[in-house]
Amino acid sequence: MIDLTWAIDPVYIATIFFFIVGLQRMSHPLTARSGIVWAGAAMLIATFVTFLTPNLTNFALMAIAIVIGGGFGYIAAKRVAMTDMPQMIALYNGMGGGAAAGISAVALLGTTNAATASLAVVGGLIGAISFAGSVIAFLKLQGLMRPRPITFTGQQFVNMAFLTLAIISGVLVVLQPSWIPLTVSIYLPLFFILSLGFGFLMTLPIGGADMPVVISMYNAFTGLAVALDGFSFATPNYAMVIAGIIVGAAGSLLTLNMARAMNRSISNVFFGAFGATEEKGIEIQGSMKSIDADDVAVMLAYANKVIIAPGYGMAVAQAQQKVKELTDLLESKGILVKFAIHPVAGRMPGHMNVLLAEAGVDYGHLFDRDEINPEFPSTDVVLVIGANDVVNPAAHRQGSPLFGMPILDVEQAINVIVLKRGQGKGFAGIENDLFYRDNTRMLYGDAQESAGKLVQALKKL
Amino acid sequence: MALWPAVYIAMLAAFTGYVVISRVPVILHTPLMSGSNFIHGIVLVGAMVALGLATTPLEQAIGFVAVILGAANVTGGYVVTERILQMFDRSGKKPGKRSLK
Repeated sequence: MIDLTWAIDPVYIATIFFFIVGLQRMSHPLTARSGIVWAGAAMLIATFVTFLTPNLTNFALMAIAIVIGGGFGYIAAKRVAMTDMPQMIALYNGMGGGAAAGISAVALLGTTNAATASLAVVGGLIGAISFAGSVIAFLKLQGLMRPRPITFTGQQFVNMAFLTLAIISGVLVVLQPSWIPLTVSIYLPLFFILSLGFGFLMTLPIGGADMPVVISMYNAFTGLAVALDGFSFATPNYAMVIAGIIVGAAGSLLTLNMARAMNRSISNVFFGAFGATEEKGIEIQGSMKSIDADDVAVMLAYANKVIIAPGYGMAVAQAQQKVKELTDLLESKGILVKFAIHPVAGRMPGHMNVLLAEAGVDYGHLFDRDEINPEFPSTDVVLVIGANDVVNPAAHRQGSPLFGMPILDVEQAINVIVLKRGQGKGFAGIENDLFYRDNTRMLYGDAQESAGKLVQALKKL
Repeated sequence: MALWPAVYIAMLAAFTGYVVISRVPVILHTPLMSGSNFIHGIVLVGAMVALGLATTPLEQAIGFVAVILGAANVTGGYVVTERILQMFDRSGKKPGKRSLK
């Protein structure tokens, strides 16, 4: 057989090159798709040359596993609805973390080199946390688990105990001290159980609305775990190291962005159990005034400028298609329509943009919080569709749990229409005084139905 | 394994990642996340080597599971990202688009 092992490194180098080019092309929506295609082709070739790695056996098992995993990944990813994207991304991310933990485990069973073993231990710890945490995030987002924070007394203590013990057992795995009567076959499994346990526990108190931060953080974790595992082989796999570190950088950047968008620190997101308790003792003046779709339609028909502020409620109601119809209808009447997108609206970074793109809303209509905020005072009607905390003026009130969070200043518009299912509070459990303002009217009902009614009413005018 | 070359590589990769990614516009943050999700799917390659070098049944079992997880990560991440970007591609071809700085 011809020796092709020389091809491995050049192919890995090319793979990294195309990964970076792929990410580079993501700097514009029109080139982004070609970028991922390049990166995908590179990944495919990298997978093939890996079969040429010297001394490998178990090829049949490898092929079976690739078919099972790849088949599942492909079918699930093709089928998932755009609204369910956050949990799908969390799930794939967790699988990457699990694979990294698995690589560490195999490495630790084989190696006696302390340097390699310590990198594998750290990679295993981070990978296992990412796996367990992503599974919880998936369960919460999929609705298989209560999305609200799950808290109990002594939680921080228990969590810290798990982490400390995981680290201690990790150190034991590396050092394998002879003065301890236990063997590595005891503390290696213990190490992984404790790491997984910590991942589960640290994600339990994090609520649904904080998921954008959590998902991007675990993305960074998996990247780091992959990078560390790249060093766990006898000859380091630099493709894994570089790709992993790039993902770590990407995830960290996004995590910080998301946390900043809520004006909260990372530790507050992870340890604050935000939304576990409801704010009490705040009296809001005024009352919620409801309105029906026909009146809103008239208001819209006479407007010059309409801004739509979508939130997670739009995703839940799958209302994006109707919202797009409404937008088209308004534009056909010569009304200027813009979308105000808060960075943490929804359950993952960029969630609203994806849903609106799916419905066919041109991305030229989508504006960031900072871009759109100065425009609210000159806006005739703002439609708040399933958003709550990101438009809550309580963020400007000293002492509110939301205080300091940069919000969409919709309350400055001439008229505010809130499409909402009922009178409930937002995720943060804080009364929204926006709903009580004189210029606010509530259009109750499922967002998709309400948007549909608005379309019908507008057509009749 | 030589320590310092590894540190050089890690540092340069971190900078590259930071620079490339900070230029991604906010509207593409979801595909950026799922795209980087796909890129850490390179873990599949490592899992294949781990399974390929496994000798005991325990190592084989763990390696097998790792390859399954890695393969799901890589294909799922790719398909999801491609689906999302396809939508942006389409919506961008319609008239009235705003140029992104």
